Amino acid sequence: MARALLEIEGVVKRFGGFTALNRVSLSVRAGERFGLIGPNGSGKTTLINCVAGSLHADEGRIAFDGLDITQLPAHRRTRLGIARSFQIPKPFTSMTVRDNLGIPLEYAGHAVDADDAAREILDAIGLATKAHLRPAGLTQIEMRKLELARAMAARPKLLISDEAMAGLSSAEVDDILAILFRLNAQGITIIMIEHIMRAVMRFSERVVVLDAGERIAEGTPDEIVRNPAVEKAYLGE
Amino acid sequence: MALVVGAAVIAAGIALASARVNPYVYFAGYVILQYVVIATAWNILGGYAGYVNFGTPAFFAMGAYTAVLLIKSLRAPLPVLILAGGLVAGLLGLGIGYLTLRLRGTFFSIATLALSVVLQTVIINWEYVGGSRGLSVIRPGGPPFGSYVTFLFTVMFGLAVGAVLIARFIERSWIGRGLAALRDNEEAAECMGVPTLRLKLFATTVSGFLLGVAGAPFPYYVTFVEPNSAFALDYAVNALAMPMIGGTTSWVGPVIGAVLLGTAQQLATVTISSEMNLFIVGVVLVAFVVLAPEGIIGLARRLRGH
Repeated sequence: MARALLEIEGVVKRFGGFTALNRVSLSVRAGERFGLIGPNGSGKTTLINCVAGSLHADEGRIAFDGLDITQLPAHRRTRLGIARSFQIPKPFTSMTVRDNLGIPLEYAGHAVDADDAAREILDAIGLATKAHLRPAGLTQIEMRKLELARAMAARPKLLISDEAMAGLSSAEVDDILAILFRLNAQGITIIMIEHIMRAVMRFSERVVVLDAGERIAEGTPDEIVRNPAVEKAYLGE
Repeated sequence: MALVVGAAVIAAGIALASARVNPYVYFAGYVILQYVVIATAWNILGGYAGYVNFGTPAFFAMGAYTAVLLIKSLRAPLPVLILAGGLVAGLLGLGIGYLTLRLRGTFFSIATLALSVVLQTVIINWEYVGGSRGLSVIRPGGPPFGSYVTFLFTVMFGLAVGAVLIARFIERSWIGRGLAALRDNEEAAECMGVPTLRLKLFATTVSGFLLGVAGAPFPYYVTFVEPNSAFALDYAVNALAMPMIGGTTSWVGPVIGAVLLGTAQQLATVTISSEMNLFIVGVVLVAFVVLAPEGIIGLARRLRGH
């Protein structure tokens, strides 16, 4: 078994009196394709915010690549190799697509030649012809691709894709899936958070299910589909 | 290159100061140059980083009152006043930088406005620096050249060039690109490796420092300092209006805005009435926000078809 790249131990996150995450533990192996699913409001995005550093866990410990990162600010975690895309795209609106990539390349990517690196990433993701446009001129799927491209520019070891496919057509979902498979083949560990079951079940080697801030199941996609607790969480009794 | 241009501009300023023209030109010119510094300083935080500071008078007055304190207690020379005024206001800037941890957008702006009111109240109740009645300041005798006003004009010219060079350097460096990223989206910038807090603290400190620098020669310029003139609303409005009119994304914008609006205000003061100042700013600002939200620079770019 490959070593753990990300280890989450007993993470608790509260917002006032509401417990969004209740002692969640999980571990992701280096090179793994990992799926994180759960009904709306189950704490998926809160959990990855705690991993990426946008939020800090109230209790528990998060380790990345053997290093305790629980207290690190987000930008330090990015430099260590955690990159994410946002559920609702958050591009740098005043910059061109190329310059959007310039920020992570300059601040986190350790790139020798930023121009080459940006061109390479845009080519790989299919945005090369849009390099000089502002994000406002992009379509929905191009915007999602920009999110992934920008995350790639940070040269991550772990890429967290937060609902990169929501609202896309079936062909577009396949397009994004192909990109993620390619990145994984290059050795990047990927956590996919997704509501589109077809995509997440096809992509993931292992899936963890969250419900109301608790981890209720873990297993291969096949096991998860047949798990009665998961069915109950999604459909009720 | 930039330094050579800067030196040439300073030399031109001195030459201009030694030319024999109507002394009022220097008197009015000083105010316009002072606004070049203020608008440029404001834009480092408001334009590059997107944090709108309504508390410009607080920083300007910190510079002015630090100078008053040092003049009264130590009779310190002008360069010391400028440096000390800048440092005190820079420290205040560092302080409001930490506010950005919790306050964003409108809430940050309201906090800076409140800061100005609080500091004005402190000064009003501080008798040593004149309290609410104000304090007369006697200019030191024998300026290095010309009259004291032409000397101050030249000093402010140099400060304006310095401020613009600093802004231009920041804008074109990795710092400026990081500030632009956090202005567009702070959470995304942080997640892309930008140390947002450190960059914001840098911007608030440099911006505060330059605003204090602009205020430090003020006591010698007016020779009578009182809270209402040092904390004047004009500074808050102009600091925001000038970059908005010129264009906030480039160092050129605040300079254009300050020169245009500052000159219009000075002309109106002489020809119409001093009360017309803020009225002009108001009308022009509304017109620009509606018709050319990216300022004159944006307008020029659009006309050239970019």
